[in-house]
Amino acid sequence: MTKKKFDVTKHSLVPKHLKLSDKEKKEILDLYRISLKELPKIRKKDSGIAHLEVKEGDVIKIIRPSATAGESIFFRVVVSA
Amino acid sequence: MAEKEQTVSEVAAVGSESSQANGVGEATIASEIASEAKKTEQLEQPEKREPKRIEPQEQLVSKSVRSITFSVFSPKLIKQMASAKVVTPELYDKEGYPVDGGLMDIRLGVIDPGLKCKTCGSKLKECSGHFGYIELARPIIHIKFIDLILNLLKCSCRDCGRVLIPKNKIDKAKKDLENIERDLGIEERRRSVKDIITNLKTINKCPWCTVKQQKITLEKPTTVLENEKRVSPIEIRARLEKIPDEDLELFGVSPKNMRPEWGVLTILPIPPVTMRPSITLESGERSEDDLTHKLGDIVRINQRLFENINAGAPEIIIEDLWDLLQYHITTYFDNDVAQLPPARHRSGQPLKTLTERIKSKEGRIRHNLAGKRTNFSARTVISPDPMLSINEVGVPMEIAMKLTVPERVNTWNLAYLKQFVKNGPKKYPGSNYVIRPDGKKKKLTDETIEASLEELQPGYIVERQLLDGDIAIFNRQPSLHRMSMMCHRIRILPYRTLRLNPVVCHPYNADFDGDEMNLHIPQTEEARTEAEILMEVQTQLISPRYGLSVIGCIQDAISGLFTLTRDLEVDRTFAIDLLGATGMTEFNKLPRKEKITGREIASVLLPEDFNFTGKSKASLSKSTTQKERPIGTAVEIRNGKLISGVLDSSNLGEGSGLLLRTLHKKYGKEFTIDLLGKLFRLGIEVLLRVGFSVIISDTDLPENAQKSIKETLEKAELDVQELISLFHNNKLETFPGRTLRETLELRILEVLNKARNRTGEIVAEFASPNSPTMVMAESGARGNLLNLAQMAACVGQQAMRGKRIDKGYKGRTLSAFKKDDLSPSARGFIANGFKGGLNPAEFFFGGMTGRDSLMDTALRTPKSGYLYRRLANAMQDLKVEYDHTVRDAAKRIIQFTYGEDGKDVSKSENGILNVRRIIETMAEGKQ
Repeated sequence: MTKKKFDVTKHSLVPKHLKLSDKEKKEILDLYRISLKELPKIRKKDSGIAHLEVKEGDVIKIIRPSATAGESIFFRVVVSA
Repeated sequence: MAEKEQTVSEVAAVGSESSQANGVGEATIASEIASEAKKTEQLEQPEKREPKRIEPQEQLVSKSVRSITFSVFSPKLIKQMASAKVVTPELYDKEGYPVDGGLMDIRLGVIDPGLKCKTCGSKLKECSGHFGYIELARPIIHIKFIDLILNLLKCSCRDCGRVLIPKNKIDKAKKDLENIERDLGIEERRRSVKDIITNLKTINKCPWCTVKQQKITLEKPTTVLENEKRVSPIEIRARLEKIPDEDLELFGVSPKNMRPEWGVLTILPIPPVTMRPSITLESGERSEDDLTHKLGDIVRINQRLFENINAGAPEIIIEDLWDLLQYHITTYFDNDVAQLPPARHRSGQPLKTLTERIKSKEGRIRHNLAGKRTNFSARTVISPDPMLSINEVGVPMEIAMKLTVPERVNTWNLAYLKQFVKNGPKKYPGSNYVIRPDGKKKKLTDETIEASLEELQPGYIVERQLLDGDIAIFNRQPSLHRMSMMCHRIRILPYRTLRLNPVVCHPYNADFDGDEMNLHIPQTEEARTEAEILMEVQTQLISPRYGLSVIGCIQDAISGLFTLTRDLEVDRTFAIDLLGATGMTEFNKLPRKEKITGREIASVLLPEDFNFTGKSKASLSKSTTQKERPIGTAVEIRNGKLISGVLDSSNLGEGSGLLLRTLHKKYGKEFTIDLLGKLFRLGIEVLLRVGFSVIISDTDLPENAQKSIKETLEKAELDVQELISLFHNNKLETFPGRTLRETLELRILEVLNKARNRTGEIVAEFASPNSPTMVMAESGARGNLLNLAQMAACVGQQAMRGKRIDKGYKGRTLSAFKKDDLSPSARGFIANGFKGGLNPAEFFFGGMTGRDSLMDTALRTPKSGYLYRRLANAMQDLKVEYDHTVRDAAKRIIQFTYGEDGKDVSKSENGILNVRRIIETMAEGKQ
């Protein structure tokens, strides 16, 4: 086996993951009137966000194709591995 | 469970009763160990004083339950709450009176009428029973705690009893757990406790006293081994006692609620007789409950063990008895332990002990708590009646005279209700019960009618028998979606089946091959109103799954309407007859002429301002072989007149077409349901008058058609031979990623499929379009062209697992063929049609696939049923909030927008919002 690294973010089935700034994060939490507890989670070691340099408590915005809406936006909070 | 606002009525005097011991009833939040199942619920203290009769008139105090704590009985508590010590396995003496100190001791409660409980003095039904106890001769391991005991033994020092964590790390470990619980919840904490335990198991030297740890294993179900040597429960208990309280937290045990040594029983609580009542058989013989049997075994062996110990019997005998006692106590708790043979009745049927009472489908939870039996319900076979309105249900007179609706008497309905009472239970419409204002229920019989009639006055409630128009909830299992329970109006009918309009078969998924359905009569005004507003058939018209009507015309009605709107032309009187059958009485809209077309008749039912453009089944299909006939054109309705096109399953069928959806949108549910009923009746009336019989000659084909079918099949046969010879000569070109053999199979399948489809086309072209079979296929009422082609021309390739049949003998399917024969006929191609008849090999192949699909459905149904149950349970409290997010019970977000597009499918048309039409109707409205 060669040690070529495979970049999952380039894979067609991996949706776009973005890190939210603190301001954006607050906006999202205010919009849905929630704390981080109510958000869906994503593991810190998830390969989809390996390139983002995230820490626990960050919110990840995921833009993915949707059968019903064309494109759907999802948020996840980073939790420990 | 905690924090539930619940009003509890209790008598004011109760507060002063016996003081409560160590934290019992204290409002603590359930600790994790305690909330695990199987732990005995802590009960209130035994009432040793003279009990007070509870009078309903006494002042009621309402309180709310803040929390409930589950914990484990300590030996001390067991003794404290017990009101009798059981010392003998005997149940009754010679007179049949319960023995003192026996398992049916009347201090444990009474189950015989006439006897009084010795503990509380109450009679049968008033006394809920009291616990007793037995002293065990030797400690016994509780089977439900064996995992915990084993973990604790492995993770604590065999000498000093401390956890195998060094002194300096123990505080940190505890703090970590607390943090995890605070941040991530109790679930996560439990998981980390598990991790701690697995880590500790590997340590073999105590960090506190440096004693070497031995290897501890479990010989299932309850024997603990240390270095292959048996550790007695006495020793186990001694070791567990040594574990200090502060170390227990790490194992998820809250010392406030449980000490680990309580998992080794020294004393066993005996449940009250009331939870194990005996039944007196017809012969006068008593038959004891399974639990009593089991307890009898336990007490007997325990006594023997005592005697042997006292007599100084040899150790082997004592060991044997001890093991036997362990077996009995284990099966008393759980008679389904893996390595133990279940305890059985003499008849060989296994005993139903404590765990079996609670567990699984027939257990207390799913059988008695999650599901209950209902009164005011009925169940019989169903049969169809198209003359009923769609939201009606036909109820047999027999049922109508058993089920009742309570009506409260007031000044205005007194005379009306008196008539029901006067008729009594035997004369319809009568009544079966009268309830007095004090709540006393009186059954009406020939003798009591007079008296009840006399005393009837406002404030009384009369339970009168069902009347036409009463509200009922109708249901067919499996209740998979909300349309499985709908509200219908009652219609009393003769005979003994429940009747329903065949149009509502689809939402219930019912047919009439012996299906039974249930009927429930709501008993309060609120329940009736709710059923009417939320559950009536009309309100369920549009499916929340795909946004089209779940109910529509079926079978004969579709054939009939198709025939009518295709090319029927009838006399005016005939037309009026047809419309009369739908229940119409006004025929003004019928054109004033002698000959009236079917479309004009159908148009009479449509509202005058209705416009609609849609497609019919034939215009949807791509088939070009159809000659230009009315059925091929689009359905066009202008100003309530059906101008072109036919009414068929694509517009009127269940779960398809926009005609019903559009009607519903414009004219509302009541109108749509009414129109649908009329259309349905019109459809069957047409068939009734015109006649409709499927005959064998429907599948007859002209000679030239038969010839061309034959040629097609022969050509295919030749093509396949060609392919096979290519294959044998290795000249076949392989498909990428396939072997030569696979390529051949694919090519053969392709050729044969093409040939079969071609024969289908020939059949479609030449079959008489007016034959009933074709009418059914073209209208979508039943069957399709493929079925017809299979009968008339060629059944086609039989496939198993997506391949031609290749199993059976070595290298061949049947012994009638040569080895490695790859020709179509040797691999399951049926070249004949059903009418022409199959040859024996073909018939066998058909039988193979038929059996295969039968097995497949028989195995798939229960599997998918369980899959559905799991999904339904997992998603049952997901809910769309006002901000369009989908959230669970803890308000955690599951979806940020419902369905990702935020659309309510039941407000859409087949999942699509027709923006153009919305704009158009808006614009129309403005003008």
